[in-house]
Amino acid sequence: MNKTMERAAPFLFGIIGLGLWQAAVWGTGIPVYVLPGPIAIVQAYAGDFATLNQAFVSTLSVAAAALLVSAALGVLLALAMAASALLRAAIQPWAVILQVTPVVAIAPLIIIWVNQPFLALVVCATVVAFFPVLSNTAAGLAATPRDLLDLFRLNGATRLQTLFLLRLPAALPYFLAGLRVSGTLALVGAVVAEFVAGSGGFASGLAFRILEAGYRLEIARMFAALMLLAFAGIAIYGALGLLSHLMLRRREI
Amino acid sequence: MMTLQGVSKTFSNGTLALEDISTTIARGEFVALLGPSGCGKSTLLRLLADLESPSTGAITWAEGPPKPGEIGFVFQDATLMPWASAAENVFLPLKLRGQSRAAALPQVTAALSQVGLADFSAAKPAALSGGMKMRVSIARALVSQPKLLLMDEPFAALDEFTRHKLQEDLRTLWRRSGKTVIFVTHSIYEAAYLATRILVMSPRPGRIAAEIASTVAEATDRRTAPDYIDLVKKISGILRAVMPA
Repeated sequence: MNKTMERAAPFLFGIIGLGLWQAAVWGTGIPVYVLPGPIAIVQAYAGDFATLNQAFVSTLSVAAAALLVSAALGVLLALAMAASALLRAAIQPWAVILQVTPVVAIAPLIIIWVNQPFLALVVCATVVAFFPVLSNTAAGLAATPRDLLDLFRLNGATRLQTLFLLRLPAALPYFLAGLRVSGTLALVGAVVAEFVAGSGGFASGLAFRILEAGYRLEIARMFAALMLLAFAGIAIYGALGLLSHLMLRRREI
Repeated sequence: MMTLQGVSKTFSNGTLALEDISTTIARGEFVALLGPSGCGKSTLLRLLADLESPSTGAITWAEGPPKPGEIGFVFQDATLMPWASAAENVFLPLKLRGQSRAAALPQVTAALSQVGLADFSAAKPAALSGGMKMRVSIARALVSQPKLLLMDEPFAALDEFTRHKLQEDLRTLWRRSGKTVIFVTHSIYEAAYLATRILVMSPRPGRIAAEIASTVAEATDRRTAPDYIDLVKKISGILRAVMPA
């Protein structure tokens, strides 16, 4: 009973919230171009179904591609950093600099340099997203249990054996935790890049639709795009949670 | 089996961990290295395993320095790979030497049976108790059939019931196999129960303060036998005499 209540709680809370919202909109007669109610938002979504869904797919593809690139890049750089102290010293500060520079500031440059629009968006989103994978995987590789490393040495393991049979599997939970953070960031990066690209006239994705709806004062449509963006975030978060559950089940760590 | 001659170890931070350790360990002995925390007994074990090198002195092996797999090492924690089953964990030393899973299966099964875990080969470490994990760890050390078994306080983290059982099983295993065992412990009772010879170590710097040969007879009721209790008293007396106040 308690368990089912707990599962249902967020939905109930959401429905109550939406109900109150709609009631407030009706009660106060607030104009739709200031605050549309949930019904108006659903109507706006239905009215622009194909375009908004296409934008949803476009944004999600950019975020997913950026996440894949981030995962590959993050793991490769983490491996390089684990393999040599010199490479670690060389890479780390640049990774941090890239991470702390706001992507909004770099995005216009990237969009000018990279001619292919989809690619440009992916590059921007990757710049935002790759750091958590890198730092977490590096931390995981560094935290390989010392006794197990000794055991591998005692048995004459080669460097490659130690890497593939011990260090990578031991770093897997760290990598997956980093990937979950990167997933959310990839979406943020995709949205920011779309805003910048969108103000330059390149039409794509949900962020561009939000921008466009804002210019036209179609606030309900703006909310509909926002709602889809939230769904994209939930989808990425849920998918990565599932991935990590599947890969780590029946492991202690 | 091996002779240590004036072995000292100074760590890079300047700590003198071991000073002038000299002893000879014969084949088939069960030697306990007994001492308080920080007396360098684990360091001595790591030197024997060639995980560290002595700063001065030398370790000479009667039959040449051991090759990979000729030493079985058991750590204080079970240190199993949590993502691998018991059998996979035991298979590891053979896998690292390029053996195929199929070829190694009889040895893996035998090692798991030796520690009484034949039925748990598919279990992941998370599903095993502390004592069972330690048994898997011992099976992993035995699977390559080493002549020398180095054990670093393997039972220190277990409850007393489990510890007694594992001590008994280890003794049986040692008597049957004729392996040389060097066993680090800080428990007087454990040393007296298990070993044929006890090297008492004193701390800062670690040295061998006394050497006691056990004369406890083989018997099923070793723990209550008068000669065992005498040995415990004797070791306690020596400890009081050699330990700094």
